[in-house]
Amino acid sequence: MLAVVGTVPDPKFPLLGGKVTLEDGDICIQGRRAAIRRGTPALLAAAVKVVEALGREEPFGYLIGDVGSGDGSQKLYQYLVRDLRQKNFHTIVFHYLQPHIGWHSRIQSAIEKLTPKPILIADAGFMYVAKMSGRSSAYDLFTPDMGELAFLADELAPHPFYTRGFLLHEENRAPDLIARAYQHGNAARYLLVKGRKDYFADRDGVQAIIDHPMEEALEAIGGTGDTLTGIIAALISSGIELPQAAILSARVNRLAGSYAHPSPGTQVSEIIPHIPKALEDILKERRELLQ
Amino acid sequence: MGTFGFLKKKSEDSAENHNGDRGFLVFENTSEVIQAENLLKKKGWEIRVMGPPPEIRTGCDLVIEFPLIEELKITKTLQEAGIPPLQTVPVSSPLLKPVDLFQIKDFGKYLMVQAANMKLTVDKESLTIVNISGGGCPDVPYLAEQMVGKVLSQAPSPLEIGHTLCGYALQLAYEEMKRRCLQS
Repeated sequence: MLAVVGTVPDPKFPLLGGKVTLEDGDICIQGRRAAIRRGTPALLAAAVKVVEALGREEPFGYLIGDVGSGDGSQKLYQYLVRDLRQKNFHTIVFHYLQPHIGWHSRIQSAIEKLTPKPILIADAGFMYVAKMSGRSSAYDLFTPDMGELAFLADELAPHPFYTRGFLLHEENRAPDLIARAYQHGNAARYLLVKGRKDYFADRDGVQAIIDHPMEEALEAIGGTGDTLTGIIAALISSGIELPQAAILSARVNRLAGSYAHPSPGTQVSEIIPHIPKALEDILKERRELLQ
Repeated sequence: MGTFGFLKKKSEDSAENHNGDRGFLVFENTSEVIQAENLLKKKGWEIRVMGPPPEIRTGCDLVIEFPLIEELKITKTLQEAGIPPLQTVPVSSPLLKPVDLFQIKDFGKYLMVQAANMKLTVDKESLTIVNISGGGCPDVPYLAEQMVGKVLSQAPSPLEIGHTLCGYALQLAYEEMKRRCLQS
């Protein structure tokens, strides 16, 4: 089963753990709803769409309200350290959480005791703290955008806010930045870099570039990176090997975006409903190629 | 000078301090740093928000670099305002400098400004904020909910309602967008 750990931008949202479904355009967990605008709700909504299409189990969410004070994240970390021992997840995604080195270490210690070890994906704030802690290699996948890739490539920056200017340049430098991130031990086993072109890479360099269909507007739309992470996590937890899932998910996310005929003013909630059709079309194309 | 006057070119050369005449103030959290920065700048002190040295870094941190000679007055001001620093420490090695580059993308009807990992997009005609993307700290989705759909001049400032370094990066993009769209 897939587990997703993250936050909801509502300070009153309680700490909840449970299966996540979609109800009338919201995510629903333990009878409580959260709107899908961006962030962890968008990631979960994309994951639910994929598992529904594949006939798999709904993802398990660990959610709490946090608007940036870090209080919610801290309660969630505390709960996770105990609860993870009692669960057996195939894949865990850590997402919008307040970066905190101490809590990251405790979560890592709890995960190290799990057998078998789950596939670990870190995005957003938890990817920042994984790198900041020097523990990037403990993860199977990071899903940075180009700005975050520059941060991973900057061995001195503890947060993207401090990324040095010479690293924050054009997208065509992505292969150099990927190499630099691996050189300094600041990348996970695999990277899926989200951008105008999506790059799938490992320690040996770029393994695939996914740039079709090309919708320039997607870069401006908040949550399109979250949906990509949700799609790949759902595919991996459904048993697809990570490299194959990475390429499929990038293609599905792009195609779903394209089906929404986006402008920079489009909201991610307008794209998510197109994920099942995009997945079906990509899988159909793949089956035809294999025949 | 705007909130992010510390990013201006003239201060870049002094980003690394080796003279021992500067110190930094450490706070409980980034929200307190932002409040203290606003207060001290209003009172006219020459301060800068910077990244802490590794030995005191916990996660999403900022510190305030200040003239060490003013320590007593500054700590008294902060105590009176109810935001006393946890520590005051002399600067002994270079502090990290916040990002100071913007990437601009013109979509025709829309303009996107990126600062570090944060992107802000505005409809150029109506000056409405249509999207906020990027970032990883938990105030980003909250900031987006509060700002998207509002006109640039009426949207709340990320500095007022944000708490983290991503919120701070969004403030940079917001200031740059206002500079480009509202000052022509």
